[in-house]
Amino acid sequence: MRILITDGRVVDPASGRDERADVAIDAGRIVAIGRAAPDFEPARRIDASGCIVMPGLVDLAARLREPGREHEGMLESELKAAAAGGITSLVCLPDTEPPLDEPGLVEMLKFRARKMSSCRLFPLGALTRGLEGEVLTEMAKLSEAGCVGFSQADRPVRDTMVMLRAMQYAATFGHTVWLRPQDGWLGKGVAASGAVATRLGLSSVPVAAETVALHTIIELVRATGARVHLCRLSSSAGVALVRAAKAEGLPVTADVSVHSLHLTDDDIGYFNADMRLTPPLRQGADRDALRAALADGTIDALVSDHNPVDDDAKNLPFAEAEPGASAVELLLSLALKWGQEMGLGLPRTLARVTSDPVRVLGAGLGPLSASAGRLVEGGVADICVADPAATWQVTREALTSQGKHTPFDFAASGTALPGRVRATVLAGGMSFEAR
Amino acid sequence: MTTLSLDAEALYTELLSGVRSLVRPDTVLVGIWSGGAWLAERLHADLGLQGAAGVISSTLHRDDFSARGLAGGGDATRLPFSIDDAKILLIDDVLFTGRTIRAVVNELFDFGRPRSVDLAVLVDRGGRELPIQASFAAAKVTLPPEQRLTLARSPEGRFVFSFKAKP
Amino acid sequence: MLSRHNPQLNANGELIHLLSIDGLPRDVMTHILDTAGTFLSVNDREVKKVPLLRGKSVFNLFFENSTRTRTTFEIAAKRLSADVINLDIARSSTAKGESLLDTIANLSAMHADMFVVRHSESGAPYLIARHCAPHVHVVNAGDGRHAHPTQGLLDMYAIRHYKRDFAQLSVAIVGDIVHSRVARSDIHALTTLGVPDIRAVGPRTLVPGDLGEMGVRVCHDMGEGIRGADVIIMLRLQNERMSGAMLPSAGEFSKTFGLTPAKLALAKADAIVMHPGPINRGVEIDSSVADGSHSVILPQVTFGIAVRMAVMSIIAGNEA
Repeated sequence: MRILITDGRVVDPASGRDERADVAIDAGRIVAIGRAAPDFEPARRIDASGCIVMPGLVDLAARLREPGREHEGMLESELKAAAAGGITSLVCLPDTEPPLDEPGLVEMLKFRARKMSSCRLFPLGALTRGLEGEVLTEMAKLSEAGCVGFSQADRPVRDTMVMLRAMQYAATFGHTVWLRPQDGWLGKGVAASGAVATRLGLSSVPVAAETVALHTIIELVRATGARVHLCRLSSSAGVALVRAAKAEGLPVTADVSVHSLHLTDDDIGYFNADMRLTPPLRQGADRDALRAALADGTIDALVSDHNPVDDDAKNLPFAEAEPGASAVELLLSLALKWGQEMGLGLPRTLARVTSDPVRVLGAGLGPLSASAGRLVEGGVADICVADPAATWQVTREALTSQGKHTPFDFAASGTALPGRVRATVLAGGMSFEAR
Repeated sequence: MTTLSLDAEALYTELLSGVRSLVRPDTVLVGIWSGGAWLAERLHADLGLQGAAGVISSTLHRDDFSARGLAGGGDATRLPFSIDDAKILLIDDVLFTGRTIRAVVNELFDFGRPRSVDLAVLVDRGGRELPIQASFAAAKVTLPPEQRLTLARSPEGRFVFSFKAKP
Repeated sequence: MLSRHNPQLNANGELIHLLSIDGLPRDVMTHILDTAGTFLSVNDREVKKVPLLRGKSVFNLFFENSTRTRTTFEIAAKRLSADVINLDIARSSTAKGESLLDTIANLSAMHADMFVVRHSESGAPYLIARHCAPHVHVVNAGDGRHAHPTQGLLDMYAIRHYKRDFAQLSVAIVGDIVHSRVARSDIHALTTLGVPDIRAVGPRTLVPGDLGEMGVRVCHDMGEGIRGADVIIMLRLQNERMSGAMLPSAGEFSKTFGLTPAKLALAKADAIVMHPGPINRGVEIDSSVADGSHSVILPQVTFGIAVRMAVMSIIAGNEA
């Protein structure tokens, strides 16, 4: 199908392009940016005046809840939600039920996602069998099946020897190990250590839970040379360790969730279970450090950390509530909000959800890495058209995700979010159009 | 609208003579907090009675709790004598719907079983909503229901009435 | 984010639920204490009942067992002439049947007017207050580590009774503060009432540094913590602390932070000793101190009934 997107502000962070231009698409590829050939007859015209035309977003962290927890989300609903959020490539975590430690499961997941044509799906494979932290998975076979990296999700690997071996093995094939830096014992609480947790009487997670784990991981990176992606940094002390590791030239990258970027433990208020998240929300100084680190590149990518949770699991006392929030549909808005508040321009802001995540994925994306997360003539037509000036209220009705819980719920926050996705193009087809 | 002038001190003199004729050797005076209590205190002294007059509050037995919450005066009740078999003369400033008297009698029965309970008031303003009567009232007046009539006592101990429109 | 309205108060600033002392205005607290005084005198009468809650149903929802607290609430409600229903909901693991909110919904359908709730999780009463019908009032009888507001109020009543003026006092709270809802409620009450010197005393594992942000002085030495105190509040030491690697033994705790006559001598000569109960004799407090002339532990129980009558009558009289 031929599509012509006209009059938009084309922003491509990777190349630095930021100009008013048309984008012509044919057979799944971008054929022209700027002026289309005079004989280009599009089947669809999209009027993007007043809108940004940007690469489709690349989200490095989402849980789709299938297989295993279908009462919270289905592949179809969550991928549609991602498309509604302007996302064209999504990385999902391996802690499904059963976990993604068998090539057959990975192939099935990829096959089903392809058929839905909502969003490209890049699963992370389990680092150890059953995520138990004892026996390595068949990483070569899993990567052949489509895994872009290997992860323990939120399950700790207590045996440091196993962790060392897993990183060595992954490094053999050039795979990236994706790890959440959280010590298994120190990380058991439900809220971040601090005045709020003390006052509310909630079991707490000290910063040491993150820093102790980071120290261990960084030491093992030094020892093995393995490439590690650090998931969901939450503290200023954690940021400092990552900054030092990068300065040393170690092969580490990092991401931060939209929640840690915007919220603090004060937002828990009167035990609002929508604020029950992992990692837990920390204090203002931590949030500020995370925001600055995302701006200066110490943190490479902003992720949604999409974890849909159903009502029954949230309508519980805080400590019993399931941590998580629906966020794929909020990723762009929350990126824009951060960028506006920090005074960064659009290209720098959008890089953190397009070209930078692609850089983190590296070789894992295969041939797609040449053009995913960017707008390049001849490259894949994964595009998001969004109105940066529009605002929207996050309500249950507005969300496509099966999970309706988010800290940014308008009823609680009273704040509308900036930026509205008007259309999402995936491989040259319309994966989403706003009504 | 006619303005009514009530001289509380003059009415007190009437009340004193009316109560004098009701009082028997073993009658005990119990004043209803707060206006009735002031009256009972002065009556008790002017009649030369033994001991002290009692004070009773209707607060804990009122029937408007759900609407108005707990009013003041909850701990004002002071009954320094046995209620069992007593001849009680209740004293109040203004008798209106009768609900305060009902609440006070209930409170009284929490303390014991009196032989008899009688009532003398400074002003009976009619408007009864319960079958309650005073054996003696120094004045009988009719007032519009939205008008509040309360007794006040000056620092020197003089009684004076105040009229207020209900909010 | 958005400023949050304290769910305990209605739009007129009147108390409709009692969930925590944190956020309770000083005048509301004083009103409760004054009203408790009224009910204390009622409790001295032969007929101890007043009809204020007649026709109302008070449901005691104890998700965590406590015979003593439940009994005092039951006595208080009955003295207000309420109908009392006791529900001891056994707390099993997640493989239980009904969810918390389903339980509440079912009980509301039975025309409950007030829930007195004890739960092992901090914040549970807030969840209940958010979801119950507008005319239903919630009293927190203890939630996890977070709050035990009626205990805090009765402790303040006791202090006011024996010491009169809060503005000059030194109060020491000793023991397992980090896990104690009583300690948190006491601290909030003391700071609201303007007590200038509040000490939190105990080992570092039980008295964390960031407690200072609640307005207390953290002391890890018992002598320093007790010296010159007007009021000493001893907290119960729970057995779980030993298994959580926070303390080696009850014996060691008793040696370092237990209240003995010798340690008590460091406080003011007319100091009072308080304890929310039940006491562990010989662990956090010596028998001779618990039974001695400084102890007001038993009067606390009496005050507790009057305070709970005050709380229930006040909230029942206010509309949401």
